[in-house]
Amino acid sequence: MDFSALSPVALIVSLMVAATPILIAAIGELVVEKSGVLNLGVEGMMIIGAICGFIVAVETGSPWLGFLAAMAGGAAISFIFAVLTQYMLTNQVATGLALTMFGLGLAALMGHSYAGIKPPKFGTLDIPFISDIPVIGPLIFSHDYMIYISLMIVAGVWYFLTRTRGGLVLRAAGENHDAAHALGYKVIRIRIMAIMFGGAMAGLGGAYLSLVRVPQWTEGMTAGAGWIALALVVFASWKPWRIILGAYLFGGITVLQLNLQAAGANIPVAYLSMTPYLVTIIVLVIMSADKKRTSLNAPACLGRIFHASS
Amino acid sequence: MTALLSLSGLTKAYPGVIANDNVSFDIGPGEIHALLGENGAGKSTLVKMIYGLVRPDSGTMMLHGEPYAPPEPRAARASGVAMVFQHFSLFDALTVAENIALGMEDAPDTADLTQRIIDVSGKYGLTIDPFRMVGDLSAGERQRVEIVRCLLQNPKMLIMDEPTSVLTPQEVEVLFHTLRQLSEEGTSILYISHKLDEIKALCEHATILRHGKVVGTCVPKDETAKSMAEMMVGSKLRTPKKHYTRHGAALLELHNLWLKSKDPFGTSLKEVTFNLHEGEVLGVGGVAGNGQDELLLAISGEELTPAHAIQLKGEDIGQLGPNARRERGLLTAPEERLGHAAAPDMSLTENAFLTGAMRQNLTSNGIIKTAATRAFARDIIEQFDVRTPSSENAARSLSGGNLQKFVIGREILQHPEVFVVNQPTWGVDAAAAADIRHAILELAKNGAAVLVISQDLDELMEISDNIAILSEGTLSAPRPAQGITIEQIGLMMGGTEVEHV
Repeated sequence: MDFSALSPVALIVSLMVAATPILIAAIGELVVEKSGVLNLGVEGMMIIGAICGFIVAVETGSPWLGFLAAMAGGAAISFIFAVLTQYMLTNQVATGLALTMFGLGLAALMGHSYAGIKPPKFGTLDIPFISDIPVIGPLIFSHDYMIYISLMIVAGVWYFLTRTRGGLVLRAAGENHDAAHALGYKVIRIRIMAIMFGGAMAGLGGAYLSLVRVPQWTEGMTAGAGWIALALVVFASWKPWRIILGAYLFGGITVLQLNLQAAGANIPVAYLSMTPYLVTIIVLVIMSADKKRTSLNAPACLGRIFHASS
Repeated sequence: MTALLSLSGLTKAYPGVIANDNVSFDIGPGEIHALLGENGAGKSTLVKMIYGLVRPDSGTMMLHGEPYAPPEPRAARASGVAMVFQHFSLFDALTVAENIALGMEDAPDTADLTQRIIDVSGKYGLTIDPFRMVGDLSAGERQRVEIVRCLLQNPKMLIMDEPTSVLTPQEVEVLFHTLRQLSEEGTSILYISHKLDEIKALCEHATILRHGKVVGTCVPKDETAKSMAEMMVGSKLRTPKKHYTRHGAALLELHNLWLKSKDPFGTSLKEVTFNLHEGEVLGVGGVAGNGQDELLLAISGEELTPAHAIQLKGEDIGQLGPNARRERGLLTAPEERLGHAAAPDMSLTENAFLTGAMRQNLTSNGIIKTAATRAFARDIIEQFDVRTPSSENAARSLSGGNLQKFVIGREILQHPEVFVVNQPTWGVDAAAAADIRHAILELAKNGAAVLVISQDLDELMEISDNIAILSEGTLSAPRPAQGITIEQIGLMMGGTEVEHV
């Protein structure tokens, strides 16, 4: 087996690329769950984002417009979930699962004639000289823009949740919706906005897959990324910064197993491609073993239906 | 003197009930005004209208002589009306300061807010630490958070909804002191309660509601608790009579029970030891959240303990599950009626089956005996005067008092040898509460050992032979209830203060 092909710098760069879709989707889902809603439709929203972003980027030639369209598409499909769960009080788990199925089917339909096309290339940061410094250059200064944006989104969400009144109100709605209602906060409105933000982020994460990471459109290309994003939120125990840690860890495992396959490791491919998911399960088990910690961090009203009784 | 708040002709109807029917009264500046009534009399709906959570169907309100119709609580707060809720208005996982900020319009930044919290809490003798998690606070401290939250907005009128039901007698004194101070400064207080002694001690005027209508007004100082209670209920009250009897052998023994709470905000039990005898009613008092739920779970068998820590008639049962304990004659009724004592969406018949299956012999080879189960449910409904259209109605559809009668009746009709009940009359109206207490006393008279966990000290003094206090997971030694005073119990509740007496 030849390990010399695995350059650490290249590995780290590609792990960041691998991690970014789940990072963006997970930070969106974190906001949704903080408001007290469990949306299991991340996978469906991601793939809708992937195809919407892909179509618009190909038709207009602008990846930026593609990303905007992906956010709009993700938010639009999440709005269905919002209306069903918040106004019609449907079960969040069942509705979220349905959203995933619906998204996968709809995306396949929309993307029928787009298979095999190359999307326009997305720009990378290129600062003269600085980006050319060995090691530091490729590690810090020459990623594509979306990687920087994703980190800024995490910082923004952290600031919003912990430092602003809006964030406090959102957390309050997730913590005790009856009390928030009694104080006069619009629980349903807050949650709908959170759900749509989550949809937009999932869409953005999906579009990163189809426009940058892969980059092309294939049916079912999210391949479980949405589920990993959901697991990441628990892994991060609902703390924004830990999402980065978790996403890069999962990204790292994904990249490592790809590289090991390429390097011809003497392990059946099936085992290697199982690893990210296996690690997800193991981490979740370890996390929930400490019952006290997770139950303290989990929003107390997560997944509970809010009915504004008088 | 012009009224601060004047209500005239307020009416609010919900499908099937008229919650408020043409309610009118005035509250003067600086007046402490009591609103009295049974559960379901319409007190909550009325204050929700004043606080802008519910809009009246008809009628008007005037504040300072100006028309007042808050569309939402925000508007009510802006007009100077603040409310201290009894339930669900604090956020466990947020800090005191964050909780307070949520209840304010344009809250100042954290440092400034912290300083103001410290100032106000000092001025009114309400000590709280702004940085603590609310989930870690006692009920009394939580209430202080709510009061401080209101006071920071300089309210002209403060609505207090059942403020003392979770407080120790000493905490009640502190609260009354604060309220009197506020009233002297000109803040009006609308005080909702069904504790008549407190209203006599605190309030200048009282308005009594029954079935949504104002049925009387009075000056509490000139009335007796009994006369006000009868206005509230609309009929004479039957108080159960306690017969002090000799007790037989110890049926249930707890030896040195330690139990770690599974709830992150719960209280672990520490060294709980007591003996419960045949024919005895042992009352366990103390403010909820001091280990009451954990004690019930340990005795019912939902939480397992070392085998010898709990003994029933001399047998170690600490490792047996609830059904094995039921089989041996130990039955329990937990506090939470919906969701713990009864499955909300199942019919009364099904709920009767859930705990009665074994002792009432309601199955044969794993098949439910439908007719026998229904007969058992009907028996409960009949003997305990549960008001329901039929035994096939869902538990959820019953009012709290009726469901409580059903839950208690279900266990009592299974002829327990040891019966443990947590908060038997919480949220139950006076007539139903009297029935439940009567049933508990009858059970003890027939030789069963009964453990009653309750926050209501008057109730414990009325029905118990012996009283012990659970405080921070530690149970005091039981004392005879005869001759004990509320003050003594209050000191026992304070935990450490016992030693200073």
